[in-house]
Amino acid sequence: MRFDTVIIGGGLAGLVAGISLQQAGHRTAIVSTGQNALHFFSGSFESMEEAPERLKTLFAGAGIRLHYSAGVRLMPLGVFREAALSLEDVSFLPDPCFADKVLILGIPGYLDFFPSFLAEGLEKQGIVCRTSMLNLPESVRESPAEIRSVTLARMFDRNWERVVQQVRLLLKDEDGVVLPQVFGLEDPSVPERIRQGIPARVVFAGTMPPSVPGIRTQLLLKRRYEVLGGTYLGGDEALEARVEGDSVRSVTTRNLDRHALEADNFILASGGFFSKGLRSNPFRVWEPVFGLDVAYDEDRNAWYNDNFAEEQPYMNYGVRTDEALHPLVEGRPLQNLYAIGSVLGATRPEFGSGGGLAIRTAFSAVDQILEAV
Amino acid sequence: MKHQEKTVSKHNFEECMKCTVCTVYCPVLQVNPRYPGPKQAGPDGERLRLKDPYFFSYALKYCMNCKRCEVACPSGVKVADLIQAARIKYDKSVPPLRDRLLASTDLMGSVARPVSRIVNGVTGLGVTRSVLDATLRIDHRRVFPKYSGRSFEAWLKRRAKEQAAFPEQVAYFHGCYVNYNNPALGKDLVKVLNALGVGVQLLDKEKCCGIAMITNGMSAQATRNAEHNVASLRKAVSDRGLKVVTTSSSCTMTLRVEYPNLLGVDNADVRDAVLMATRYVFERLEAGATLRFRPDFHKKVAYHVPCHMERLGWGVFSERLLRMIPGVEFTLLDSACCGIAGTYGFKKENYEAAQAVGAPLFEQIRAVDPEVVACDCETCKWQIEMSTGYTVQNPISILAEAIL
Repeated sequence: MRFDTVIIGGGLAGLVAGISLQQAGHRTAIVSTGQNALHFFSGSFESMEEAPERLKTLFAGAGIRLHYSAGVRLMPLGVFREAALSLEDVSFLPDPCFADKVLILGIPGYLDFFPSFLAEGLEKQGIVCRTSMLNLPESVRESPAEIRSVTLARMFDRNWERVVQQVRLLLKDEDGVVLPQVFGLEDPSVPERIRQGIPARVVFAGTMPPSVPGIRTQLLLKRRYEVLGGTYLGGDEALEARVEGDSVRSVTTRNLDRHALEADNFILASGGFFSKGLRSNPFRVWEPVFGLDVAYDEDRNAWYNDNFAEEQPYMNYGVRTDEALHPLVEGRPLQNLYAIGSVLGATRPEFGSGGGLAIRTAFSAVDQILEAV
Repeated sequence: MKHQEKTVSKHNFEECMKCTVCTVYCPVLQVNPRYPGPKQAGPDGERLRLKDPYFFSYALKYCMNCKRCEVACPSGVKVADLIQAARIKYDKSVPPLRDRLLASTDLMGSVARPVSRIVNGVTGLGVTRSVLDATLRIDHRRVFPKYSGRSFEAWLKRRAKEQAAFPEQVAYFHGCYVNYNNPALGKDLVKVLNALGVGVQLLDKEKCCGIAMITNGMSAQATRNAEHNVASLRKAVSDRGLKVVTTSSSCTMTLRVEYPNLLGVDNADVRDAVLMATRYVFERLEAGATLRFRPDFHKKVAYHVPCHMERLGWGVFSERLLRMIPGVEFTLLDSACCGIAGTYGFKKENYEAAQAVGAPLFEQIRAVDPEVVACDCETCKWQIEMSTGYTVQNPISILAEAIL
């Protein structure tokens, strides 16, 4: 099967690249090995220094509204972090002291949200906190399944008014309310409706994975990509590449077996260790599809830090590229292959971390591909 | 340092890193609060079951085996295989008569076909459905597939000579549905392949692929069918050097994936030769073969990728094929389960859940308002037709209509 560009990886980087190329009239395919880091997305891009109108427009086309301002956002454990570009779920606060008194609402049986940790953090800012619980229907409480963010979001999508009513009843003299980020899985308007219905400043705080705003983002970006005519090969895995000279000719996948995907250009957006874009064993780190050069420490003991909470060096490992993001094999760049997103590792401070790296490198690869035509 | 690379167990269960992504995409978990979900029923439960079979839960029967958890898993864990394998290993209960009847598509077909008019008439009656509901707990709201008076096998056998005259040959695993219910689909396939200069042969003798037996607690019979079918495939593939085409995504997934993974029947030597017809035709066209299309053909088509087609990863072939038909106005429906999952939605206790699972898909179909919904699975076809009123056709049938 022939495409203009084949993208390996269906996460944020792959989808941003795929949507951009489809919009420019290119025919692309995305090969995605299972789901991706968007399922753990906080809702914020922390490192977008300049207002990235391009990303806003791209997301708006998929039905996702981003807002941009300088401020801080509340983290799941009650600390604050600077934020810039975010989904609408995330509240930008001019400063951490966003209310005098705050009501923090947990959900019985839901273990992925921590009201008492949040209270501890907020009290350090001089905010008076009270924690309480929302009520759940019996059917959910009696279920043998662990209660997860997505289960809650599906239920609240249908009756968010009941949440508003409950919060209004529980609210005393507080001028702020903190709720878990479990609203608006299929209907992105739900968080804003809840905000509108409650007579206090409502802030949604992140939960443990899976992330409701992240999954919504994934679903909407994937739908947009397919509406634009893109071919999304979900649950498949790129296995091997056929390389001639300094160019990639085709890639084979597990599901399509002998049926190779041919293209003029290839984008490697296969992610880091979690997504198996990078593999490791006790002796080495490698990139499995193209066998690219990977920057890592030869000394195994230098890979990690004994202190779990410290930054771990292995997180910085990634494929080596030239300045144009062409990855290297034995020091020589593959001219029609671009590496974007976490497969580069966090070794590129100029691109910021996580989402910032994914998006900027995606745009860079897309621009080079479009320029060459 | 001990190197653990080689200690991966069956269905990769210890590769699970508890990321919970599978729980997001399980259609049952969304509607049935009694189901513990793929993570708990699959890798989490396996850990306990390996310690002590006492931890096996009968709630695993709520799994539809749609495989969406496996498609979503970033770590390659065969979540649905773990669940179905646990049911095979630990569930010692005897399946009720209803489940045995529903799963015996082969037997039911051969009994019903000769008296199809009577059977179709009787199963269409409200009173029959009420009786089936009360006695067997087959839901009265469910519409039954109609049986055909002539089997596809008989039709093709009469044309064996004319088919043998084509320069190239393939074998066709038609499955129970084409044989007993919808021979027209088989005839459409013959028309399309003949137009490509390819003649169609039957396998030596095929039996039901066995998918419904696997999910209904009849794994011993499913294994016998699997051994029989692999032997038949071997004769076609190894002895006659043929490719084997299929028109049902669930049969294909069973022949290729379930036989080795769940039933322990080795198909390694024939697996790659078993292809969905849309893939086979697409590859022929890509290699330069041509079809002559009707100049006046026009159809608004919405394509639904069945769950087992998602698992095979081959929806792209049907999609590409439909898109290349001149006059087709194409919409790809969002990836979602229709809720029927073979025999699952026929059971009274699952009816409500099945309809709730399919609701978003039905809603999208109504919004797109196509002339026809395209889909490679017969049970999806029954479910979508019953629930939306829209006609559902196999992509091969649409292609057959569009060519001269």
